[in-house]
Amino acid sequence: MSENKKWYSLDLGLSKNKKTSSSCGCGKTSGGCNNHGTKNTQPTEMSSEDFFEAAIDASIGDERHRDGFEQVFDVKMDRRTAFKKLTASLLIGAGAVSTSCSSFAGDDTKEKAQIDWEEQFKGNYKLMTNEEKQGTINRLMRSYELRTGKNISMTAENAEEDVLFGYAFNISKCQGYMDCVSACVEENNQDRNSQMQYIRIHEMKDGEGFKFDNADDNYYHEVPAEGHFYMGTQCFHCDNPPCVEVCPVQATWKEDDGLVVIDYDWCVGCRYCMAACPYDGRRFNWSKPQVPENEVNKNQHYLGNRMRKKGVMEKCTFCVQRSRKGKNPACVDACPTGARIFGNLLDPNSTIRWVLENKKVFRLKEDLGTEPKFWYFMD
Amino acid sequence: MRRFKVFKVFKSLAIDSLDTITKGSKKYHIWMGFLTLVMLIGMYCYSIQLDKGLSVTGMSDRVSWGLYISNFTFLVGVAAAAVMLVMPTYILKDIDFKQAVLIGEGLAVSALIMCLAFVVADMGGPSVLWHMLPGIGVFNFPNSMLTWDVIVLNGYLLLNISIPFYILFRRYQGKIPNPKIYVPGAILSVFWAVAIHLVTAFLYQGLQARPFWNNALLGPRFLASAFAAGPALIILVLAIIRSFTSFKIPDKTIKKIALIVTVAAQINLIMLISELFKEFYAPTHHSESAYYLFFGLHGKDALLPWIWTAIPLNVIATIMLTFGKLRNNLKVLYFCCFILFVAIWIEKGFGLIVPGFIPGPYGKIVEYLPTGIEIGVTIGIWAMGAFIFTILAKTAIGIETGVLKYKAKHT
Repeated sequence: MSENKKWYSLDLGLSKNKKTSSSCGCGKTSGGCNNHGTKNTQPTEMSSEDFFEAAIDASIGDERHRDGFEQVFDVKMDRRTAFKKLTASLLIGAGAVSTSCSSFAGDDTKEKAQIDWEEQFKGNYKLMTNEEKQGTINRLMRSYELRTGKNISMTAENAEEDVLFGYAFNISKCQGYMDCVSACVEENNQDRNSQMQYIRIHEMKDGEGFKFDNADDNYYHEVPAEGHFYMGTQCFHCDNPPCVEVCPVQATWKEDDGLVVIDYDWCVGCRYCMAACPYDGRRFNWSKPQVPENEVNKNQHYLGNRMRKKGVMEKCTFCVQRSRKGKNPACVDACPTGARIFGNLLDPNSTIRWVLENKKVFRLKEDLGTEPKFWYFMD
Repeated sequence: MRRFKVFKVFKSLAIDSLDTITKGSKKYHIWMGFLTLVMLIGMYCYSIQLDKGLSVTGMSDRVSWGLYISNFTFLVGVAAAAVMLVMPTYILKDIDFKQAVLIGEGLAVSALIMCLAFVVADMGGPSVLWHMLPGIGVFNFPNSMLTWDVIVLNGYLLLNISIPFYILFRRYQGKIPNPKIYVPGAILSVFWAVAIHLVTAFLYQGLQARPFWNNALLGPRFLASAFAAGPALIILVLAIIRSFTSFKIPDKTIKKIALIVTVAAQINLIMLISELFKEFYAPTHHSESAYYLFFGLHGKDALLPWIWTAIPLNVIATIMLTFGKLRNNLKVLYFCCFILFVAIWIEKGFGLIVPGFIPGPYGKIVEYLPTGIEIGVTIGIWAMGAFIFTILAKTAIGIETGVLKYKAKHT
């Protein structure tokens, strides 16, 4: 990126790669090589190790690239401990349920109170160690079990090295079916009462261009409607997110893989981030969110789709509970037209990189300097 | 020995002031009883909000700040305006303001407490507000302007409590306050007052997402309107105190404050014209909020009655104040101050906060109307402010007029 630029520019992680590679595509060792980012093929050389990894753990996606045995080892250890602790807590939980059915109901109440106390006075997730993160998700799982008698699985995977998530939206393909919206609502346990939706599909008239003020983002008719085209917006996971800057308590931040996330338990509900977001990407829980018990998605991530409480912010996390396991966000998988493309911007072989390099892409409100990681393109 | 004496005096002051504020005329008791009733209604409304969540307010994902933040913004200005009295009295040694300044500072204290109450009322999770405490929680300083605001507001509150307290504490003992102690504090509070309002403006001004707020004039205009509305309120309060208590406030004082109001209102009007020119001479996409505010957009015009009440009131008050003959007629002055106060309250509250969100980032127009519960909480907080101010003023007036004296009890 140019040195004399006064505003913020999206760095496609080239500086990150520099740590592991001695030189990048353009041959320079410092700065000024953003334009040559596509020529950097360093991460692909690790494909043999990826292969090895994939064989051990099928749940890890093929979009992940790691370098060095150390990192692979670390991740595996994390997962193993997580699994162990998960099992242990489930066993304890099952035991507790069976005993509590008899005359010792007081123990449950006591444990519930203990969990509530610890949850009320825990710290900011952003600053937690891995053990503390594990501790809080164990408490949350146990708490859910004590309250509903059902088990959920919650994880706390951290961002991986050399991953920067990005998203592209094909305006030519979208037909406005809104399957992405309903998939998102189901996946992310959004409040059904207020019909909260992270994604908005804007129906625009052909021949008028991108006229958002004349667009309808709340239509109930058959699609595709004659003479209209469709365009989806959601949280763009800006690389320079204004919402993160303004949060008085750092309850929202940008993770190393580019996801802008919220610690729902740390948020004080001032809604300053909402005022700061130029993309209508944030939602607030004006009441206690309601999800029917049988519709709750039980595969949860602390920063993602776990149950929220009233008075806190939430937003699209690119389905952190899926994307960090190597899967696509629910909206991408649900889209019947293939208009949605998601992937690792640092992986030269990813579809998203192909789109960025071969299509005429653009982003919304680029003049604000927010550097969204969400691009639009047309066939 | 001396240390013990301070405690003893303090204890006696506490008892004496408790004595003064619980005794008074029938009108005083009715006034305080009325405020208590309103506060209780407000607390009841707030308890509903705590139980059900902020969904009981008129706010939504599209208009996420409303009446609470509007009042907060306005009251920061009222608090800042106390400085207009502090500066001439303590620093320029203008004797006319001596009586008014304690009232002004009491007003600042109650306005600040109201500000904090409005912010807490607006919070989704008041039970986790400790997350904001530096040290225990995570304080996103200096990135978030809201943390700046927390610092300056609480600092200003502390200053405005400690300076008058020191002065009154000395007077209570029949001693003369030492200027070497309170003048540095007063000078600091002058700068601080400008800071609290500028920082509050920056809270909005710094958001590139909201073009209606993201303009360089917002900060200065905040100051101008605050220095009109704040002293206007002080004039009204002084007028009430003058007619209900034995506290003597010369006409000269009120007329001097009126001059401040006039100049500030004139500057405010010039800035308003500048803003209107920018928005309507060469309208862009960024002028849509202003269009919505003044003329309505796509048939949505909920703010029109408000802003078209505020603008004429503002213009009429400013013009009337400009003429010395009208301004020096106290009855006319009080009327002008009242309509100016109302006009600025609308302009800076509803007229500033709500259109910032309309139209939304993608042009969607969803209107905002406060609900009964929201209004109940708001009125309750205003009653609380009036209650606190009455207590503070009654004690201060008691000491200033010499009714409350430390020695008096022991001789």
